Amino acid sequence: MSKTRTHLATPETDVPEFYQTDEHHPEGSTMLGFWIYLMSDCLIFAVLFAVYGVLGRNYAAGPSPVDLFDLPLVAVNTAMLLFSSITYGFAMLWMEKGAKARTLGWLAVTGVFGAIFIALELYEFHHLIHEGAGPQRSAFLSSFFALVGTHGLHVTFGIVWLITLMVQVSKFGLTIENKRRLMCLSMFWHFLDVVWIGVFSFVYLMGVLG
Amino acid sequence: MFSNPDLMKFIFGRLTLDSIPYHEPILVATFIGVMIGGIAVLGLITYYRFWGALWRDWVTSVDHKKIGIMYVILAIIMLVRGFSDAIMMRIQQAIAFGGNEGYLPPHHYDQIFTAHGVIMIFFVAMPFVTGLMNYVVPLQIGARDVSFPFLNNFSFWMTTAGAIIIMLSLFIGEFAKTGWLAYPPLSGIAYSPDVGVDYYIWGLQVAGIGTTLSGINLIATIVKMRAPGMTFMKMPVFTWTSLCTNVLIVASFPVLTAVLALLALDRYVGTNFFTNDLGGNPMMYVNLIWIWGHPEVYILILPAFGIFSEVVSTFSGKRLFGYTSMIYATCVIMILSYIVWLHHFFTMGSGASVNAFFGITTMIISIPTGAKMFNWLFTMYRGRIRFDVPMLWTVGFMVTFVIGGMTGVMLAIPPADFVLHNSLFLIAHFHNVIIGGVLFGMFAGLNYWFPKAFGFKLDPFWGKVSFWFWQIGFFVAFMPLYVLGLMGVTRRVSQFEDPSLQIWFVIAAIGAGLIALGIAAFFVQLFVSIRNREALRDLTGDPWDGRTLEWSTSSPPPEYNFAFTPVVHDLDCWYDMKKRGYKRPLGGFRPIHMPKNTGTGAILAAISIAFAFGMIWHIWWLAIISFVAMIAVAIGHTFNYNRDYYIPAETVTATENARTRLLAGQN
Repeated sequence: MSKTRTHLATPETDVPEFYQTDEHHPEGSTMLGFWIYLMSDCLIFAVLFAVYGVLGRNYAAGPSPVDLFDLPLVAVNTAMLLFSSITYGFAMLWMEKGAKARTLGWLAVTGVFGAIFIALELYEFHHLIHEGAGPQRSAFLSSFFALVGTHGLHVTFGIVWLITLMVQVSKFGLTIENKRRLMCLSMFWHFLDVVWIGVFSFVYLMGVLG
Repeated sequence: MFSNPDLMKFIFGRLTLDSIPYHEPILVATFIGVMIGGIAVLGLITYYRFWGALWRDWVTSVDHKKIGIMYVILAIIMLVRGFSDAIMMRIQQAIAFGGNEGYLPPHHYDQIFTAHGVIMIFFVAMPFVTGLMNYVVPLQIGARDVSFPFLNNFSFWMTTAGAIIIMLSLFIGEFAKTGWLAYPPLSGIAYSPDVGVDYYIWGLQVAGIGTTLSGINLIATIVKMRAPGMTFMKMPVFTWTSLCTNVLIVASFPVLTAVLALLALDRYVGTNFFTNDLGGNPMMYVNLIWIWGHPEVYILILPAFGIFSEVVSTFSGKRLFGYTSMIYATCVIMILSYIVWLHHFFTMGSGASVNAFFGITTMIISIPTGAKMFNWLFTMYRGRIRFDVPMLWTVGFMVTFVIGGMTGVMLAIPPADFVLHNSLFLIAHFHNVIIGGVLFGMFAGLNYWFPKAFGFKLDPFWGKVSFWFWQIGFFVAFMPLYVLGLMGVTRRVSQFEDPSLQIWFVIAAIGAGLIALGIAAFFVQLFVSIRNREALRDLTGDPWDGRTLEWSTSSPPPEYNFAFTPVVHDLDCWYDMKKRGYKRPLGGFRPIHMPKNTGTGAILAAISIAFAFGMIWHIWWLAIISFVAMIAVAIGHTFNYNRDYYIPAETVTATENARTRLLAGQN
């Protein structure tokens, strides 16, 4: 907004300007809007955490976390997701410098880490179901699969989004729109990381503690 | 092919010829009526060659004003459906006494009360509120559009898609027989194995996406797009209440999405969240859905409070009394609405201390609400009140809502609630606040802003007829229910034994008939107003001597809303501009940057109907294909970078000059 033409504080005596003749450009709303979206998504996870908190001990004479969780596997899995956040950070640093090829490279590395995370999670799920500890077995397992699975679905969606953005960056370059989109995905990706830290501590670590 | 059951099951899932309710005469008659009406509408569109314009100017439009109008049309159409359900229930209950089973068998009656609740809340009240917010908020804050115009179009079509999914259940299969919140275990697969609950789940999930996104959109709009000089404490009250409502939407609808998803998992996958066995807990569902459900009622009422504030101040010719306290009251209600949910089920057995906490928080809400009531009264006090139709609805609201509020405080007392829980007293209470608050507010807003949207006022005579039928009809219909509730009659009952109760139900049915006349008078009002539009025409753009920015532009506003962005110096800034000698700009116009229309929103919504249909009827191929198609269309949309254009300065000049001539011709 042009400060020269807009008089916000005018004395009552003279007639102030009631409109500005310059085109008014409100600052972009995308980052705020995306933040609000993330917070609404966070509420979905909050519900799933709450459900796990209430139902997580209802084993229905079935297996409990101590019997099921393979902490070394989950540790590797967690490391994959944390690494992917760091590599996404590197991609953003190169994006700021305008280095398209390196940005794309780090995005690709991020995607690979994300894919390994999903693969390990699917392996874990498959293993549990194979052992008879599927989501139908008890309320504990229902809420476990819902919480971890929803997070996994988010990561999967993030990978699809990441690939889409890589195509768009390589086709159209690091334009303003693409930078904004990379920024949104960056927030989304780190958000999932934070949620996973909650899952790891609350579900896996505390579960195995008994 | 028809002899191969496996193939048929693959192609049609659970859908068979028996799913079509051709043995229900009421539904067949309705279907024939809908078909005749539908063919007539389609025929008229074809006859007037309106298809192209419909697609270009409305379906694909990202203009917040057109989207707002479409939301309100959706709400009015669904009001007719929801009210048909209501009057059917009233007639059934008035006649089904002493061995007479009435004309609605229980399985049909149960679907009707479920559909009535779902439709009235999700597809009447919500679109009405969202439509008015969409139309008015950008104009009140001096913006050209909302923050995310495409998302706005998408939100509208998702809401409509949800409504279509619910309406499909009328003619294909059946609707839920569970009550409007579908409590498990009744809504679980063991007790509701049919498609009804699935229609409920997917209809609400699809519409819920639209509602959440529209909430995000309007928050971003209000926070980021205000005209220079409009600080938060100079925002019009309706914009303030809209902000609070949208905060509530964003902070509560995800809970609904999550809890319905878990119910869907119970039904589709066989998980045990809300089942009675294997560790499930049905009360978890009841808690979660009311954590959404209580904020939801404030989502509906806060914008109505905003409308009443605008109307009272305009028609009393005074600045709103206690603007600051009004804003604080709104924010306090917004926060308190999150810590009262348990009052919907005091009888759960959570113990005296928990019930006491939620009882007290509930009673506390009446304090900011009471403060608002006094603010409106003091605004009217020594004002020059004009009793135009919006003001009538407002005064009617003040009388009616106070009664509803007082019965609400009664229900907030846990020991009293143990007696009144699930009784008709409760039904009377929430209709008292939703009709007397939300619906009256919507009619006030519709009569108030209609001239802004279409350039002519609504006919006042038929408006008053409609108001009085609604007002009197409401009391005749619902006061008997308070009496019946105190006598211990519970809700959701289709037949009665005790003949001494019948008279009260007959009175209630007469009240429903009066409300029907009120609705009919409203349609007459629309018809008469359109016919007499030249006599009702308003060229000034400011027919009520308004006080806020939306009245500073023409009626209907140009697509860019304001040729130049307004600069705000005061609360009630249009009043301030008029008082201090504002001169309308006559030249020096510049090109205006605007978003382009897109059909993606409508296409995505159409595919989501197919997806929901596949999920409801277990037609898995359809669900999978439409899910993939949805992702593909969404990704395809992101490859379109060419999303905006400039309205050339000459076009702006021509539009503004036309208005200058109109204004000059009037004087």
